[in-house]
Amino acid sequence: MSADPQSPLKLAVPRGALLGETLDLLDAAGVDTAEARSDSRSLIFETGGMTLVTMRPSDVPTYVEAGAADVGITGKDVLLEQSDRPVYELLDLGYGRCRMVLAGRVGSDRLGESARSLGMMRIATKYPRIAERYFESTGRQIELIEVKGSVELAPLVGLGDGIVDLVATGRTLEENELEVREEIVECTARFVANRVAHKLRAAEIDALTEKLRKASRG
Amino acid sequence: MIHPIPPGTRDVLPEEMRELRKLQAALLAVFEGRGYGEVATPALEYDEVLRRGGGRAHDAAYRFFDEGGELLALRSEMTVPIARLVATRYTQADPPHRFCYLAGAYRAVSPQRGEMREFTQAGVELIGAPEDDGTGEVIEVLQEALDAAELGSAVIGLGDADLYRGLVAEYGLDEEAGAAVLGRLGAHDLVGLETVLEGARVSEEQIATCLAVSQLRGGAEVLERARGYESAAVARAADRLDDIYRGLADREGGYRVQFDFGLMRDLAYYNGAILEVYDPAVGHVLGGGGRYDGLMKRFGIDFSAAGFALNLERVHVAQIEERRRQGEGR
Repeated sequence: MSADPQSPLKLAVPRGALLGETLDLLDAAGVDTAEARSDSRSLIFETGGMTLVTMRPSDVPTYVEAGAADVGITGKDVLLEQSDRPVYELLDLGYGRCRMVLAGRVGSDRLGESARSLGMMRIATKYPRIAERYFESTGRQIELIEVKGSVELAPLVGLGDGIVDLVATGRTLEENELEVREEIVECTARFVANRVAHKLRAAEIDALTEKLRKASRG
Repeated sequence: MIHPIPPGTRDVLPEEMRELRKLQAALLAVFEGRGYGEVATPALEYDEVLRRGGGRAHDAAYRFFDEGGELLALRSEMTVPIARLVATRYTQADPPHRFCYLAGAYRAVSPQRGEMREFTQAGVELIGAPEDDGTGEVIEVLQEALDAAELGSAVIGLGDADLYRGLVAEYGLDEEAGAAVLGRLGAHDLVGLETVLEGARVSEEQIATCLAVSQLRGGAEVLERARGYESAAVARAADRLDDIYRGLADREGGYRVQFDFGLMRDLAYYNGAILEVYDPAVGHVLGGGGRYDGLMKRFGIDFSAAGFALNLERVHVAQIEERRRQGEGR
């Protein structure tokens, strides 16, 4: 299941928006990703001395925490949202840069009105814990509405006064007549490790960390 | 008809029970063989007593009022109850006191994570032994216990609980910044740690040292590397770990130990040596312990103390997994 010193190191690789840059980084760090690039249907790839396991970014902490993957790459947004999962965060890889923001409808003051007249704002988000922590730490009360996809839709049809979501270019917000009101945190891709693997496969993980550090600093 | 039980609890059926009993007997034989007498304490204690442990992470999760209105709590571990027991019942007896236990402990769980609300701890406490001998003896007992559990690949990580308190003091950080640094170290978030240290205006060289030291783990060579950094706190930790290891090696007892300068335990009562147990067959920590003189002081006793606790069910899982791997011829 985990840190077996005789088997190759297992790296959890995020599919989706982070995949391209992750594979580029691994190439630069000397990991052969040709197979992972050419075959889009397999989930597991053997490459010289390492096993790449591809998965949704939000599953990476789960696999790494359990030791099913020894190390992994995922976004800081995922790590913040699942901060109760004890994985070691070793490196800021610098790419996949985006911002977690509070956004509201352009030209509308529903956020402010709700805060004044109801004492709380209704916030739709895919990141309930990040949103909850943020408003708690700024002393404001919210009613949290958790949605699974296309959160931009929510305020347009009256589900919530605003949203907390991840923004890369801001185009999706713009297209839906939403605008950034507050910036919560900036997120980039991070290199994480399982606690036990970090102890028992120290040399391999340190070597990989060093290679990724060099590759990510260009 | 299905009658549910709460998530994080479970029934044990005969086949597993036989194996668990065998494992318990093997551990108990090691503990008793080293002179650790088995004790039992109530699963329920006064909340006020358990709170003296002062740990954040493992505060009692289950509290309720008894018929007289007293606030009771289910214990979350055994070290605090044994400190209470020694303080209350062994005031006249000369140390050292050696106790062992096989006992249920109760903690809050995060939903859908496979964590257990109720689990069994197997451990020892050595109270009132001379400083280094105490830690060394406890490590030896732990090694024998892991042998008895047939965990051939298990490793004991050995660290120092005072290291980062010392580093924070060297950096001259105020309480808030110091707590932030220790918090990031405890979460092993190196990216956040660097940010916090930069924000606290710690020099670049010291930041580099702090980050590098937190990644120092391995055999005797890491002691040498640790001594290469200019920090009294790091040097002190290296000396302490060296002393403990030499004590073990003298008795041919250090075969499972790996030094770990990044080790942090989330119970607040440790000072001096701390340890954690890993097995390559499972991704979770199997147990841990260390020195906790400070805890005894909170109970009015001025003795050194050290101990460890293994999570019995996790040790069992590791045992099964190791056997399976051997069966596969690896």
